[in-house]
Amino acid sequence: MSTALAPASVTELVEVVRSYPRLLAFGAGTKARLSAVNATRISVSQLRGIVEYEPSEFTFTALAGTPVRELVRTLAERGQYLPFDPLLTDAGATLGGTIAAGVSGPGRLRFGGLKDFILGVQFVDGLGRALRMGGKVVKNAAGFDVPKFLVGSLGRFGVLTELTFKVFPSPASTLTLKLAAGDIEAATRILVEAANSRWETHALDILPGAYDVCMRLGGPAQALQEIADDVFARWPGEKLGDVDAEKIWSDLREFRWVHADRPLIKIALMPTFIPPLYRAVQRFEGLRIHVSSGGNMAFVSLAAPKQAVELNELLRNLSLSGVTLRGEAPLWCGLQPRAEIAQAVKHALDPENRFPPLHE
Amino acid sequence: MALSALNRLTALLPPERLLFQPEQLAAYESDGLTAFRTRPLAVTIPETADEVIALVRFCREEKLPFVARGSGTSLSGGSLPVASGIVIALNRLNRILRLDPELRLAVVEPGVVNTQVSQAAAPHGLHYSPDPSSQSICTIGGNVAFNSGGAHCLKYGMTSNHVLGLRAVLATGEVVEWGGGSRENVGPDWCGLFTGNEGLFGIALEITLQLLPRPERFHTVLAGYDSLERAGDAVSAIIASGLLPGAIEIMDALALEAARASVNAEYPPGCEAVLIVELEGPREVVALDSARLDAILANSKAVGIRQARDAGERLAIWKGRKNAFSAVGRLSPDFIVQDGVVPRRRLGEALRRVGEMSRQAGLRCANVFHAGDGNLHPLILFDGREPGALERAEVLAGEILRMCVAMGGSITGEHGIGVEKRDFLPVMFGADEIDCFKRLREAFDPFGIANPGKMFPAEQAPALQHRGLHPLEKAGVLSRE
Repeated sequence: MSTALAPASVTELVEVVRSYPRLLAFGAGTKARLSAVNATRISVSQLRGIVEYEPSEFTFTALAGTPVRELVRTLAERGQYLPFDPLLTDAGATLGGTIAAGVSGPGRLRFGGLKDFILGVQFVDGLGRALRMGGKVVKNAAGFDVPKFLVGSLGRFGVLTELTFKVFPSPASTLTLKLAAGDIEAATRILVEAANSRWETHALDILPGAYDVCMRLGGPAQALQEIADDVFARWPGEKLGDVDAEKIWSDLREFRWVHADRPLIKIALMPTFIPPLYRAVQRFEGLRIHVSSGGNMAFVSLAAPKQAVELNELLRNLSLSGVTLRGEAPLWCGLQPRAEIAQAVKHALDPENRFPPLHE
Repeated sequence: MALSALNRLTALLPPERLLFQPEQLAAYESDGLTAFRTRPLAVTIPETADEVIALVRFCREEKLPFVARGSGTSLSGGSLPVASGIVIALNRLNRILRLDPELRLAVVEPGVVNTQVSQAAAPHGLHYSPDPSSQSICTIGGNVAFNSGGAHCLKYGMTSNHVLGLRAVLATGEVVEWGGGSRENVGPDWCGLFTGNEGLFGIALEITLQLLPRPERFHTVLAGYDSLERAGDAVSAIIASGLLPGAIEIMDALALEAARASVNAEYPPGCEAVLIVELEGPREVVALDSARLDAILANSKAVGIRQARDAGERLAIWKGRKNAFSAVGRLSPDFIVQDGVVPRRRLGEALRRVGEMSRQAGLRCANVFHAGDGNLHPLILFDGREPGALERAEVLAGEILRMCVAMGGSITGEHGIGVEKRDFLPVMFGADEIDCFKRLREAFDPFGIANPGKMFPAEQAPALQHRGLHPLEKAGVLSRE
């Protein structure tokens, strides 16, 4: 890998893209495996700052290199938030890197993930053109939805420069309940039943290293106390204090539970797959797993890089797909659908392959 | 070429599902945008996904244009046929293939009607969120093609936010499967790119939709105001309070008149605008939030406030709102439904200018809009028998769209570009962006056979024709929004 270029403006970035045969943008490097390919590296760190924030519109526009924690702070000052719990904000994750990586946090359960909150992008395509796609209003159906496509595209189709998001008013308060489950089947049942309940839970996660389910509720404080009683009538558990609760969610958001420098893999999941997945990974010594968002995704931390081979086979057998965020392991894991159209779309956005192919 | 190609079609479908006769084709000549009418070479009526795949591959071999069609409710002319091509009518692919209450999802064929999904999900306490006003007739395939919206988009998003997986045949003939039962995905969001393609990429064969638990409690309030401004101020106050209603809708005086005439809706006397706000959620939350909302509305200088006391009253409020468009047919022989978006804080200004522009054009304009997300639906009334009236209405519609873009909004919130707005795509996007759209289109459809003539500005536009209301609209079956 060569030294990184750090264009200070979109104009400079366009020039860079036009001048190098193989490029890849990166943000703060918090999910380093995604950009660990042979290419000239473009840092977007200088494209930083909030361009527009109008609380009454529920939207903001910011440059791709803006640290998400700055946005989270600015939104909080006006009583608003990104409901999908952006990950690795303390670690410095940027807005552009978050979108390119396509990973959302536990809160995606309530109102959806990154793709449900992105409204518009500006990006530089492989032809070296700065393009604006989508819009800046909360509702828009004009043109193909390129902004959504770029969520999880790992920078393989262009360099993100500016993003527009929808935001929501923060709930008046939150309350986290810890529910004890004896085994993974019981924990899974809690996820399914709670996600289908009347409570409108904001997050439902199985904590790493235990079968405890953490449930986050949002709304007026008094109402949440009443809902909590209703939840406890169904399953035993405890209310967590604000400090304890924030520590749990923050540790999950920041991946403080993983093996350092070992592969970290995100898996798209369904609740029904949780028990078979748990049973199958028993044989992986030291493996840690966090099931998030009501069982719709899991993060797996391997104890050794060589376990990646076995995990790959396991996910294939379960027809699941994953992507490696950190550590030495193949980028893609499990089922990898490859359609001819993927090549054609790559050619449409990046005909000279200035950005690495998706499967590299 | 065309005739021999059509003869070969008979190998793909039995004769009763291949329509060639002019009287058979007539019903397919136009959609919800009745100002356009084109007779296709033939209409094909497949009953299975395999038949659709065979038809699309046949069209690719023959370079024969095809237009997929559900119930034909597009308001942007999205399913307007092509004279040199065929229509693939998907209504018979109307099976709900799977309904999984545990995973809260439904796998449906494209011809399934929007409300049928919620009806099937209801016994499990679930529902399908996107609710376009034509939901009792429009199909999921069409909703996916046009990324349809509805009244509840601010909180829960449009169709695109509810599509978890797709099996589709692309115009290249390739059959793809993207996503599945998980709400999360790995890699680029292909379903997101496909949703809203306006039929230019191919045809969805199986759609996996996310279902949501039906809210336990609703609090639906209708407030009448003596001016649109006052109603708009109330919206601003609600947004500023930090409440997140499921829907915030406004109807102006002319729209109210129509709703009164059509469904006997009753509104507070002396009101020039009506605001509908709906909170939803667990009973404990709604009990507290509704008290806050009621306090805000009590201070909003309303001339009258009515709360729905039960499900029946809630439905009545929504019926007046959802039928407002077709109801306008009672006030005027013809009308155009427009669909633009402005930043919410500029709604008042936008409505004033719509009023000025329509007065200058000598046309009446009713306004119904999704105030929560700045989505305007001006209904431009005209009499098509009057020479030049349709053209004046079209000019006014265009001015409104330009205004939306100038204010930082969009030329469509939920109806799509279709035929109607294709000349306005360059108002919103630059030449490079449009080139990028065209390159994407070419990737999915190298021969330009899938719904040609839509979305992109055309060299030759079909002439506008005055055709009056759609027959189904006259019968009150179809409503435009």
